[in-house]
Amino acid sequence: MSADATRSLDPPVSVSGWGRTAPTTARLVRPRTYDEARAAVRACGARGGIARGLGRAYGDAAQNAGGAVLDMTGLDRIRSIDAEAGTVVCDAGVSLHRLMEVLLPLGWFVPVTPGTRYVTVGGAIGADIHGKNHHVSGAFSRHVAALDLLTADGTVHTVERGTPLFEATAGGMGLTGVILSATVELLPVQTSLMSVDTERAADLDDLMSRLTATDHHYRYSVAWIDLLARGASMGRAVLTRGDHAPLEQLPTRARRSPLTFRPGQLPAAPAFVPEGLLGKLTVGAFNELWFRKAPRARSGQLQKISTFFHPLDGVPHWNRIYGRSGFAQYQFAVPYGQEDALRAIVHRISERGCPSFLAVLKRFGEGDPGWLSFPVPGWTLALDIPATMPGLGPFLDELDEAVVEAGGRVYLAKDSRLRPELLAGMYPRLDDFRALRAELDPAGVFTSDLARRLAL
Amino acid sequence: MKDAFGTPQSLLVLGGTSEIALATARRLVARRTRTVWLAGRPSPALETAAEQLRDLGADVRTVAFDALDTESHEETLGKVFAEGDLDMVLLAFGILGDQQRDEDEPLAAVRVAQTNYTGALSASLVCANALKRQGHGSLVVLSSVAGERARRANFIYGSSKAGLDAFAQGLGDALHGTGVHVMVVRPGFVRSKMTAGMKEAPLATTPEAVAEAIETGLRRRSETVWVPGALRVVMSALRHVPRSVFRRLPV
Repeated sequence: MSADATRSLDPPVSVSGWGRTAPTTARLVRPRTYDEARAAVRACGARGGIARGLGRAYGDAAQNAGGAVLDMTGLDRIRSIDAEAGTVVCDAGVSLHRLMEVLLPLGWFVPVTPGTRYVTVGGAIGADIHGKNHHVSGAFSRHVAALDLLTADGTVHTVERGTPLFEATAGGMGLTGVILSATVELLPVQTSLMSVDTERAADLDDLMSRLTATDHHYRYSVAWIDLLARGASMGRAVLTRGDHAPLEQLPTRARRSPLTFRPGQLPAAPAFVPEGLLGKLTVGAFNELWFRKAPRARSGQLQKISTFFHPLDGVPHWNRIYGRSGFAQYQFAVPYGQEDALRAIVHRISERGCPSFLAVLKRFGEGDPGWLSFPVPGWTLALDIPATMPGLGPFLDELDEAVVEAGGRVYLAKDSRLRPELLAGMYPRLDDFRALRAELDPAGVFTSDLARRLAL
Repeated sequence: MKDAFGTPQSLLVLGGTSEIALATARRLVARRTRTVWLAGRPSPALETAAEQLRDLGADVRTVAFDALDTESHEETLGKVFAEGDLDMVLLAFGILGDQQRDEDEPLAAVRVAQTNYTGALSASLVCANALKRQGHGSLVVLSSVAGERARRANFIYGSSKAGLDAFAQGLGDALHGTGVHVMVVRPGFVRSKMTAGMKEAPLATTPEAVAEAIETGLRRRSETVWVPGALRVVMSALRHVPRSVFRRLPV
């Protein structure tokens, strides 16, 4: 092993989540081989270490104040592809973007993608991400057959789906160890285009009944809500649902190369944006426009994968538009049967006038086995709010109370502010998780700001 | 850890009986703060302060700390940091002294300077180094508007705060990029036991108002906080008033 095995980039660097709140400093290490990763874990020191992918978790899950942060993007090899069976074995640092580039031409698609392609496979498992197809396909880890996990004692375990260690690792926020590689099961597709149906819903009740009645007809389903709309149009929304377009739906010319993947990209957001650019006025105007521009009803529209799944990836560093103070992303889920609680929460957000231009409602399917996996069968709403909004902390605390009371939970990959006392009520298997960690990693080698903040 | 809005979960107060500090602690305990260390000279007042914060639900511990005993700072404060991370250190000790007496008794004046400047410098450095090792945390230093421009009425106190203020600004710059945030708080005349019986200055404020300003400053990651905010404008004007005129102003 070379002397620069742990490739420490001194001095410590400031690290924050995608929401850019509460940055802390850490020693950044970028292993490029499994051996280097092992050496990096051994050299973590008293304040431990945490693996980090592309930094898309909104909160403090992949930062570790005063300790080590293992930048896993150097471990980015696709090891093997079984184009017959539809599986890929790849390093944890490979991004979903890269997988799409490589797999789409072969007629395969990633089983689950969130609103960005720029997440790594390791991060996707650690946060047990979900996508617009959760009601059909569940979360990401459901499609992971096995993974290689580097644990605190420096050994590598092959962990198979269905075992306790797998279920602790799926959604375990990197705290069981460093995922080195994974075997992912893929989805066959005929084309790289999406067939999309769009419709508008006049208000929240209209939206919820439309989703309930027709969600199961679509593989992918999501609704964008205008949370600034009040009164009769509270909860008005645009539904976009769809599936991978079959070959025969493509125009004749496009059928010649149905599997091309060419996402476009706009210029990046500027490095400096003045605070308070996104207020009620600007976001309100945007929302009005966005709602009006959506077709009242349109079906079978062909869209690129990037347009349908990842509109924000088109603007690199879009998180900068919130200015220096950053923003908080709030995503919660409440179980079916708690529709009144959901309505009450949406009502409160709307009354409060949170300037959120990214508010997304969808229905989750069956829950996932990961002990700290977020999805529960029910409704989930995600919104982002500038951190500068006065009184935002106490306001979100109030929403948490309502969520817990309804038997729901907030998403740890997006959290940056939950009151630790509420966590056990949200995640019933928290004690199992803590016990497994205590046994697997008694010295607490793996830790993060999230873990410290919530005593995970 | 601090949350997204800069609210700390653990707090160390240097000067554990300070009214401003306790108002701040109460405010933070109502939000996220669960662990509070109150450092100060052992006294019934310190224990009462701890008890009151416990009643609000915080886990409170006291630690014997003497600003003047700078030799002991490293060890005393080191023990506190050894117990776990501290998200925020509030440096709130300081004495006003008695201008009239202190002018006559240089040793009394030295005590003001040693407490407010030397003691604070020592304690801040010890804490800053520990926070730096943690890679995160806020050091909030209570300065005073009195340090902004020396006044006839309290220039001994004022000069000690001026020294502390300049030191804290420099420390903030030195720690930039280390994850440690230094915030200088400059309150005007605060109605408290320190100023009881004194003639109130214009724009007088309360410990609660200072506490609120501190919470907002943490959220914004501010480097300087004036309480009330209008003082920033007033003082920037006063700073440029000629001495001959300033001397005669009723401030």
